[in-house]
Amino acid sequence: MTAAVLFENVSRHFGAVRAVDAVDLAVAEGEFFAMLGPSGSGKTTCLRLMAGFEQPTAGHIEIFGETAEGVPPYRRSVNTVFQDYALFPHLSILDNVAYGLMVKGIAKEERRKAAEDALAMVKLPGYGVRRPGQLSGGQRQRVALARALVNKPKVLLLDEPLGALDLKLREQMQEELKSLQKSLGITFVFVTHDQGEALSMADRIAVFNDGKIQQLGTPEEVYKQPRTRFVADFVGSSNILPPEFVAQLGAAPQFASLRPEAISLGQSGNGRLVLDGTVLSRSFLGAANRVLVNVNGTRINVMSPAATSIPAEGDPVKLSFDRADLHLMEAAS
Amino acid sequence: MSAIAQQHAIETGRGSMAGRVSDFLWKHPHVFLTILLGPPLLWLGIIYLGSLLALLLQSFFSIDDYSGLINYEFTLATYRQLLNDANFDIIIRTILMAAIVTLFSAVIAFPIAYYAARYARGKWKVIFYLGVMLPLWSSYLVKIYAWKLILAKEGILTWLVTKLNLLWLLDAWLSLPVIGGNSLSVSYTGTFIVFVYVWMPFMILPIQAALERVPTNLIEASSDLGGTPQQTFRHVLFPLALPGIVAGSIFTFSLTLGDYIIPQIIGSSRLFIGQAVYAQQGTAGNIPLAAAFTVVPIIIMGLYLWMARRMGAFDAL
Amino acid sequence: MRSDKSASAPFGLKIAAAGGLLFLHLPLLLIFLYAFTTEEKSYQFPPPGLTLKWFAVTWERADVWQALWLSVRVASISTMIALVLGTLCAAAVSQTRFFGRETISLLVILPIALPGIITGIALRSAFSLADIPFSFWTIVLGHATFCIVVVYNNAVARFRRVSGSLIEASMDLGANGFQTFRYIILPNIGTALLAGGMLAFALSFDEVIVTTFTGGQQSTLPIWMLQELIRPRQRPVTNVVAMVVVIVTFLPILGAYYLTRDGDQIAGSGK
Repeated sequence: MTAAVLFENVSRHFGAVRAVDAVDLAVAEGEFFAMLGPSGSGKTTCLRLMAGFEQPTAGHIEIFGETAEGVPPYRRSVNTVFQDYALFPHLSILDNVAYGLMVKGIAKEERRKAAEDALAMVKLPGYGVRRPGQLSGGQRQRVALARALVNKPKVLLLDEPLGALDLKLREQMQEELKSLQKSLGITFVFVTHDQGEALSMADRIAVFNDGKIQQLGTPEEVYKQPRTRFVADFVGSSNILPPEFVAQLGAAPQFASLRPEAISLGQSGNGRLVLDGTVLSRSFLGAANRVLVNVNGTRINVMSPAATSIPAEGDPVKLSFDRADLHLMEAAS
Repeated sequence: MSAIAQQHAIETGRGSMAGRVSDFLWKHPHVFLTILLGPPLLWLGIIYLGSLLALLLQSFFSIDDYSGLINYEFTLATYRQLLNDANFDIIIRTILMAAIVTLFSAVIAFPIAYYAARYARGKWKVIFYLGVMLPLWSSYLVKIYAWKLILAKEGILTWLVTKLNLLWLLDAWLSLPVIGGNSLSVSYTGTFIVFVYVWMPFMILPIQAALERVPTNLIEASSDLGGTPQQTFRHVLFPLALPGIVAGSIFTFSLTLGDYIIPQIIGSSRLFIGQAVYAQQGTAGNIPLAAAFTVVPIIIMGLYLWMARRMGAFDAL
Repeated sequence: MRSDKSASAPFGLKIAAAGGLLFLHLPLLLIFLYAFTTEEKSYQFPPPGLTLKWFAVTWERADVWQALWLSVRVASISTMIALVLGTLCAAAVSQTRFFGRETISLLVILPIALPGIITGIALRSAFSLADIPFSFWTIVLGHATFCIVVVYNNAVARFRRVSGSLIEASMDLGANGFQTFRYIILPNIGTALLAGGMLAFALSFDEVIVTTFTGGQQSTLPIWMLQELIRPRQRPVTNVVAMVVVIVTFLPILGAYYLTRDGDQIAGSGK
């Protein structure tokens, strides 16, 4: 099957800055694909390369098997939901949504109908007569979504789509986006710096840092088996154990990641590794307690269910975890 | 709906003429930029810069004293002539006038700008804005004409002064050397008043813009720390407004420096740079000397702009 | 800077600000009074009587009408040229990243940053070097040059608000460059261009210094006024013309203000 979006060794340099550096990736058709990373990691530039706003300095891009470099944005059946929504302030909501059809020369009646359907799909029926300035942030976001989807794009790009919304609205939109994507079957590629968002929505995640993909995999793979220290650190909040420490546990002397929630306080179960340490501090997080433990000079975070009893600060404590949860990472980075 | 659905991921087929031209320009951004920039750059480069350079070149020629024709040989003689006593006087007189006009403009403009920036709200803000814009943009000659009406011997000022029984004061002022004269309309004082009137509005908006950027809490912090209003003004407000004042002074200074109509209509017979340029190129037909005279304001404004830039005044423009 | 909600302005400041504004406006009001005076030979104040007859006299004056007509034509053509050149320049500066943008801005501003007499004499000597006789077009050439900056300032300010994602959004939705210009850019910068055009018209309509050097024997309205100022022939007619000029230049300023009031201020300091 041809990939929806294919990057082969794609680079985009701005002067001496390598915003995107020799990236390979393939987004499958119908997939919900996330590009996750801190700001300046190259994820947004990758999105802009897909949309056609940027051209690669080197490498090859295909969209559904067709060469994309050198093709202007208006010749790609790829549409974008912009971070600031970019609604046209001088047009009504209906004209905003119908814009793509209008410039393609679709007859007025037909595009009105299609735009109204699209507005209904994003649960804003009858909002067509308003102006962008009269809508709330969440509503504008839905309009931006309708404006892109009405064109029936082959790939929908979303640039930090939920970044400007408050927490409640964000969670609601996450669900809606996911079900929308399922029902339409369109390939979604979205950019975010929020690991929780990426983990909960995406089928697959590409974690970016310094213009390179650090790891590409399902949310579970990325979370449980981080390939590099950066991924372990950025996705969730893992304990990163230095090689000497790992060697003492009987594993190969490499950096390893150990998830805080994989560790339990006290000695429990058979065949688990046990460490002795002292409690440095503890904080109550509601559903869990976070305990910081000093083990021979290495600080280890433990996430413990709220029900378990927590030793006091300064008390000695035993930590235990399954050897399988100790995940060795690549030597580099 | 089927007509809307797109069959291909890449649509290269839609080949209208406009679409093809658009594709070409999109693929060749340098061609696009050249098309945008070409006409204005050619216009300004050829018509404006070309003329300016031709003029400056002529300042290195000289005029033949006997035939009155231009001698097209490189020489610095014209510049030597520029710096003789009479011409040097003109330059100094003009710079002094420009400096004093700028100073007074700042003093008069500051309260207006300060009030507009800090106290005027809503309707009053609009009134202040238009109250500055309308005189700023209204006809230059009409403004001068208005002052001719005011300063004339039989005009409103004399009438007012007579009503107030202050005619002796006006006469005393006019009898002063240098700044006095037969009447205000033929004295330096008159020239000065009209200069300030015509160019002062250019000072207000930049100062207002600079003051509007001063956060109120800075002023509150100063009074909170025990600063009297005078101290707050001197140590907080004034330094922060200074870039605006300098930005405004670029206009008042430059415009005064080059003006030749105001001193011609309201003023004494002693010349300013603008008048000298006008006289040299016109009646005297000495284009090289006129060109050399124009170099003076260009150099002064060059230095001025360079200083203003270092003070960050361009942000207030 | 926010206003202090409680404190009102100190009395001294109020007086100084009001005094400054009066200083700016009283002389202009005087122009309106003098248009009605019965006095013919001097600038006597107070006017001995008021009359409307000078309006009728001015109306009959062919030289005034000729000068007015020339000024209107010069200002219209210059404004159109400045609109095209200023908009192109603003578009280039704000839509693309390229080396030397600062230089472009400086070049556009130079014709008004340097005293008008320099522009005037430079053009005059260039015309004489190139053997170009003075005409309507030599006046336009000079006016359009310093009008570009007014359009440019207004357009750049507005382009800054339109730029970036709106244009990308339009192209993303399938609009080519021309469609994007027609449907997105033009509607958004239209009022700024109109405002810039009005200011350019006002600037050209009022210009006298450069025109003195590039006009030859022809009189625009300001040149006509200047001649009356130096050698007054019929003062009452000058009074009426002065009043009309004040009113005519106020209209574009008010128009430009209403077109741009929400958002960027008109580039007033760019005169």
